[in-house]
Amino acid sequence: MRAGCARSRVPEEPARGAALGQGRKGGLKNHMEVVPRLRQRQNSTAAVGERDQEASFGKRPILLWLLRTRGYYELATPGGGAGHAPRGGSHTQSATSRPAPRGTPPPPSLHPRDPPSPTGACAAVRPRPFTLQPWSPAAKMAAPSVFWGAAVSYRLFLGGRVSLALRQGVWKAAAAELQILRLRHTTGVTAKKNVAALRRETYTVDFIKKQIEEFNIGKRHLANMMGEDPETFTQDDIDRAIAYLFPSGLFEKQARPIMKHPEQIFPKQRAIQWGEDGRPFHFLFYTGKQSYYSLMHEAYGKLLDVEKRQNQLQAKGLFSEKTKTKDLIGSRWLIKEELEEMLVEKLSDQDYAQFIRLLERLLTVECSAEEEEFVQRFRRSVTVQSRKQLIEPLQYDGQGMAFSTSEGKRKSAKAEAIVYEHGSGRIKVNGIDYLLYFPVTQDREQLMFPFHFLDRLGKHDVTCTVSGGGRSSQAGAIRLAMAKALCSFVTEEEVEWMRQAGLLTADPRVRERKKPGQEGARRKFTWKKR
Amino acid sequence: MDPGRLLHTGSQAPQSLAAHLDNPAPDDSPRAVSRTSEKDPVKTFSEACLMVRKPALELLHYLKNTNFAHPAVRYVLYGEKGTGKTLSLCHVIHFCAKQDWLILHVPDAHLWVKSCRGLLPSTYNKQRLDQPAEASIWLKNFKTTNERFLSQIKVQEKYVWNKRESTEKGSPLGEVVEQGITRVKNATDAVGVVLRELKGQSSLGGFRLLVAVDGVNALWGKTTLKREDKSLVAPEELALVHNLRKMVKNDWHGGTIVLTLSQTGSLFKPRKAYLPQELLGKEGFDALDPFIPILVSNYSPKEFESCIQYYLENSWLQHEKAHTEEGKKELLFLSNANPGQLERLCAHL
Repeated sequence: MRAGCARSRVPEEPARGAALGQGRKGGLKNHMEVVPRLRQRQNSTAAVGERDQEASFGKRPILLWLLRTRGYYELATPGGGAGHAPRGGSHTQSATSRPAPRGTPPPPSLHPRDPPSPTGACAAVRPRPFTLQPWSPAAKMAAPSVFWGAAVSYRLFLGGRVSLALRQGVWKAAAAELQILRLRHTTGVTAKKNVAALRRETYTVDFIKKQIEEFNIGKRHLANMMGEDPETFTQDDIDRAIAYLFPSGLFEKQARPIMKHPEQIFPKQRAIQWGEDGRPFHFLFYTGKQSYYSLMHEAYGKLLDVEKRQNQLQAKGLFSEKTKTKDLIGSRWLIKEELEEMLVEKLSDQDYAQFIRLLERLLTVECSAEEEEFVQRFRRSVTVQSRKQLIEPLQYDGQGMAFSTSEGKRKSAKAEAIVYEHGSGRIKVNGIDYLLYFPVTQDREQLMFPFHFLDRLGKHDVTCTVSGGGRSSQAGAIRLAMAKALCSFVTEEEVEWMRQAGLLTADPRVRERKKPGQEGARRKFTWKKR
Repeated sequence: MDPGRLLHTGSQAPQSLAAHLDNPAPDDSPRAVSRTSEKDPVKTFSEACLMVRKPALELLHYLKNTNFAHPAVRYVLYGEKGTGKTLSLCHVIHFCAKQDWLILHVPDAHLWVKSCRGLLPSTYNKQRLDQPAEASIWLKNFKTTNERFLSQIKVQEKYVWNKRESTEKGSPLGEVVEQGITRVKNATDAVGVVLRELKGQSSLGGFRLLVAVDGVNALWGKTTLKREDKSLVAPEELALVHNLRKMVKNDWHGGTIVLTLSQTGSLFKPRKAYLPQELLGKEGFDALDPFIPILVSNYSPKEFESCIQYYLENSWLQHEKAHTEEGKKELLFLSNANPGQLERLCAHL
């Protein structure tokens, strides 16, 4: 997975394997955790400047933090400080968008004097949320630079030196100074243990925060580009804008470009569970699944509370047997994967089942509002009715007879059907009676299906035209067209039933392409042993 | 119904015949009056019943009012595939048989123009071809159909079959038929003789002649027969066809001609063709002109209902939904009230 262009969500297994090729081999273990820092650093050109800065602010953690989180953006591009100062926002973009995949030209929005990323391979260690590079100066100007207020002063200061530094082998310099930086880095922020990093790619809190900021800035830039108001630019708008700017013909929806909040892209990770003295923070740490067991503990505690309360009521004689039926329709329990994601912990099937059972038991007894709310946290709503079916309007012909027209497709046959409201069940296909057009019973059964389903067998007259496809696909196309046309004569509920029966869904199956090296789509050539 | 008579339905006619037989009176509603058993080889219901329908009734009405002094009137039953033309023809034949007519029934003329094995040069006429097998089959049927008349009708000429055999003038027709059956080589000529005699003698008024041909469009279409030198045979080169054409011409009186068009067995004709013009071709149309066309269409709702009732009464439909309203509607939709389709559908249930 390469960063720089619009990226999709991270697949479960690091497909960053390509870039991690080096990480997998034992020799470059150090390199792995160096790399995250590196990618932030090497383009930020903060190599030299950073060192100086840190040297000067070493004892002032807050400024250091500011520098790290904010200053890197400014220091991203070399080549003159003041002239590029206003490109505060854009620097971040170029910083992060620069590690372009090998072989592809860098995005045009990069400054021509920006050095190409030397770490193209290892730069793509992690997926980066896409951040757009606004090209027009106006957009850049419009980018709010309120964030950079504090760090503006640094830019001018560092600009000159930065360019020099970059020209000379950023790589070596960066690698060298990173050792130093790492030490400093651990002071302010809860640092990840290196062992953890070896096992799996981990994202520091800093990194995530940075990604979030980049995302927000990128969002605003995108809003500007699309001519919308940055303040009210929602995730839906972002999706639409990305789909518009990067139209993709890929079938797999998850392989298409997306731009989402980093929370949704980067998997949640846990901070270190123990302090400096090695003592774990959580009392259930040694169970191995601390979040799960603490959750169970909490839930069971609530159950005991409720039962105690009920016993008290019963003792007082105020216990009422009423059980209010909770509206469980329209929501479902969390699935195991979702629970795992919530707890950031691996669960087994039995654990999950146990937990759900406990929650259900909690539901059966009467519980107060807070317990309800606790349980509702673990339920997700399920759309009761999927998207509304478009209902064709009725039209009226000369004699005042109502009719409705619609189209249907199947495989390469296109059909258009006109269903009249009152009739005797005659169907004409291309001017020919359907008995003669479809001599095979199976095709006629397909035509019968919508009417039979709605119990309107002899009540409508149909005229349809069909072209393309074969005998069976023409029958399917007409069936779809008729079902859609019938929607206008039928109640909403029945439309929903038809949808559930599959009458209103176009069959997506098309002919699979033949692949080279095979005789057909799936059939391989005859295998000969010799 | 005289048990001696057998009704031979054409090869395309379905095995199970539906509903109710007519007593020759009502010509309005196609409702049941009675059923009879016949010795027909219909194993399914152990009886053969016809549904009385409008086209047949119309024909019978015409038949009753024919003036036998005029030349024979031609009626052509036409309609889409599976609507019941053949069975209407059978109905008419049955009626005429009951009325004691002489029936000349060709179950399927298409059989004469395709898939024939032994084609011999005609003994009578060198240019034509004989079909001994088909001719002998037909003669056998004719014999069983019209036993009574075979002894009555006398031959009016002398026919010499070969050096040793000949039929004298005045001998009964049965002899000719026997001759054709026994000497297969002369069967076609025997058929020709029979046809000629009947044509000549029906005008005399001794009996009434009904010529019933199913699939008459075969007489004017193409054949799939080839001679030994692989050249195609035209229909008129077949002696049987030639003679039958002469029979179908309305230059005689004292009877009627009832014909049926059929696409099912026809050669080189599109599936959707059912009009006389399309199926007969120009030649046939001209030859048959003038004729009275009778359209046979799909079942009307009442007819459909009665057909289903018949099936149900005979426990032909075993599906539990068959007797419900929805089931009937389904069947109606799927078969579109086409008798042939309905029969095929019900065969599965």
